[in-house]
Amino acid sequence: MNWITNYVRPRINSIFSRREVPENLWKKCDECGTMLFHRELSDNQNVCTNCGHHMHITPRDRFEALFDAGVFAEVKVPEPVVDPLKFRDQKRYPDRMRAAQKKTGEKEAMLVATGEIGRTPIVACAQDFSFMGGSMGMYVGNAIIAAAQEAVKLHRPLVLFSAAGGARMQEGILSLMQMPRTTVAVQMLKEAGLPYIVVLTHPTTGGVTASYAMLGDVHISEPNALICFAGPRVIEQTIREKLPDGFQRAEYLLDHGMLDRVVARTEMRAELITIIRMLLNLPPQVHGDLPAPEPVAAIENVETPSEPVATAETKPE
Amino acid sequence: MTQYLEFEKPLAEIEGKAEELRAMARSNEEMDVDDEAAALDKKAAQLLQDLYKDLTPWRKCQVARHPERPHCRDYINELFTEYTPLAGDRNFADDLAVMGGLARFNDQPVMVIGHEKGSDTKSRITHNFGMARPEGYRKAVRLMEMAGRFGLPVITLVDTTGAYPGKGAEERGQSEAIARSTEMCLKIGVPLISVIIGEGGSGGAVAFATANRVAMLEHAVYSVISPEGCASILWKDAEKMREAAEALRLTAQDLKALDVADRIIPEPLGGAHRHPDASFRAVEAALREMLAELGDMKPAELIADRRKKFLDIGSKGLAA
Ligand SMILES: [Zn+2]
Repeated sequence: MNWITNYVRPRINSIFSRREVPENLWKKCDECGTMLFHRELSDNQNVCTNCGHHMHITPRDRFEALFDAGVFAEVKVPEPVVDPLKFRDQKRYPDRMRAAQKKTGEKEAMLVATGEIGRTPIVACAQDFSFMGGSMGMYVGNAIIAAAQEAVKLHRPLVLFSAAGGARMQEGILSLMQMPRTTVAVQMLKEAGLPYIVVLTHPTTGGVTASYAMLGDVHISEPNALICFAGPRVIEQTIREKLPDGFQRAEYLLDHGMLDRVVARTEMRAELITIIRMLLNLPPQVHGDLPAPEPVAAIENVETPSEPVATAETKPE
Repeated sequence: MTQYLEFEKPLAEIEGKAEELRAMARSNEEMDVDDEAAALDKKAAQLLQDLYKDLTPWRKCQVARHPERPHCRDYINELFTEYTPLAGDRNFADDLAVMGGLARFNDQPVMVIGHEKGSDTKSRITHNFGMARPEGYRKAVRLMEMAGRFGLPVITLVDTTGAYPGKGAEERGQSEAIARSTEMCLKIGVPLISVIIGEGGSGGAVAFATANRVAMLEHAVYSVISPEGCASILWKDAEKMREAAEALRLTAQDLKALDVADRIIPEPLGGAHRHPDASFRAVEAALREMLAELGDMKPAELIADRRKKFLDIGSKGLAA
């Protein structure tokens, strides 16, 4: 396989291969009901241009908007055993998997990539809520471990975008075991002294929230995202009372000390660049499309950044 | 008086009849019921054996939840000496769904932590039916960290339907508390041994069971979701819990095959509640062996062993 097939050219890719374009030129905002032109909506990262409501975005579209020039390289994730429990509910698990793969065009519920944001090399992973509710099974666990290992190897920060209804029931106890497994991944990052930024998106619930999504150095959320351990319906049934408005939404969690910031998706890239560059002790991002500074020459005149950071910054891909 | 489970009804009838006969004989000296009662006893013993020989996963869930099953408090009282409860998370409250403190096991000082469900209406409410709030997990984090610093092995006894789904629990960071507890389990440089004594309910159990050795009682269950919850989501019908229990592979036997459980601790015939003392002795023996296995390992080795155990989980599946 040619290495270049790993790279995704965003605009070209999105024009020619996006499956829903021909039949759905218009999309209705779930929140305010405004009809939005598809192109306008996707240019705004699926945030309603009328009311600011954040709609679902696929990991691929998110990465195209996140990485410099939309360029990223996918990180290979070790394949887990297929259907380990031979699980069958009303459908067979492999059939549900195939349906999800067909619907999304993706192999599984998490995408891992390396690339640069504001010329800052990072590793990122994003969970795909449209793939079986983003559920955390062995593949998602392997993806997070692979992302952490790649970050440690390249000495880069990890940015994780969470979105999941929780653990994947069809993998039974093995999905639950992703809680400790992903916690080990987070520990690898911490031991290597690397920033781990979690961006919690709608919805992040259950065992996902109760493991890697709540162990970040910095927790950022998109506006109005539902973030919880137990879902509101379960709680209402248990306590038999109506929950307050905005309960378990991002702003509510911010008020209760569980998040650092609530940031609009359209501002997220700039926010991440700012935070990561400070955590890595790098100078502020250079705005404008200047050629990359000569690493050696640039370093001579300014304060020398710490050793591993310089390596990460200047490491050729 | 034993409380019978639904599937034990035929047994209840036979044992009830034998009991009735003996009661009659006690009030009427001339009656001789010995032979008849003995025959019933024999029949009951055979039936008990047949019923428990091959329990379905759903029946195991019922046994694991049996109200008379020995709970955390019972094991602490029976297996440990000098138990000294330590309370509070130093932030908000003491969560009584989680018991924990210093104790001696075979004279060796240890930290013991577990979920307590309670054994009658009053104590069940006191202990919130073993469903911990964030304070419970934060208390556990505090005790584990302390045990790590003082070189005390940690023994956790897991028995919970799950973490409490409440308004305050969510507001105070149930998710974060569970995540930190799992993280602390992975961090400490002392032996960490976990025994699932009844129900291992989802994240609320993982937070204590991320251990070097995980043992399960023979009829204990450990699952990502309750069979009822799984049935209502995947079958859209909570009554399909039998099918869900089957599909989830939540028994000690399946978990052993998946390398999630390291060993199965045998229960007396008819479940731990029929002969609690036999259960106590079996758990005691297993704990002693597991502690011995880990006894010579250095802190860094214990941490590495725990990581490897969990990273390796899932490398094999079950046969159909
Ligand atoms: Zn709108």
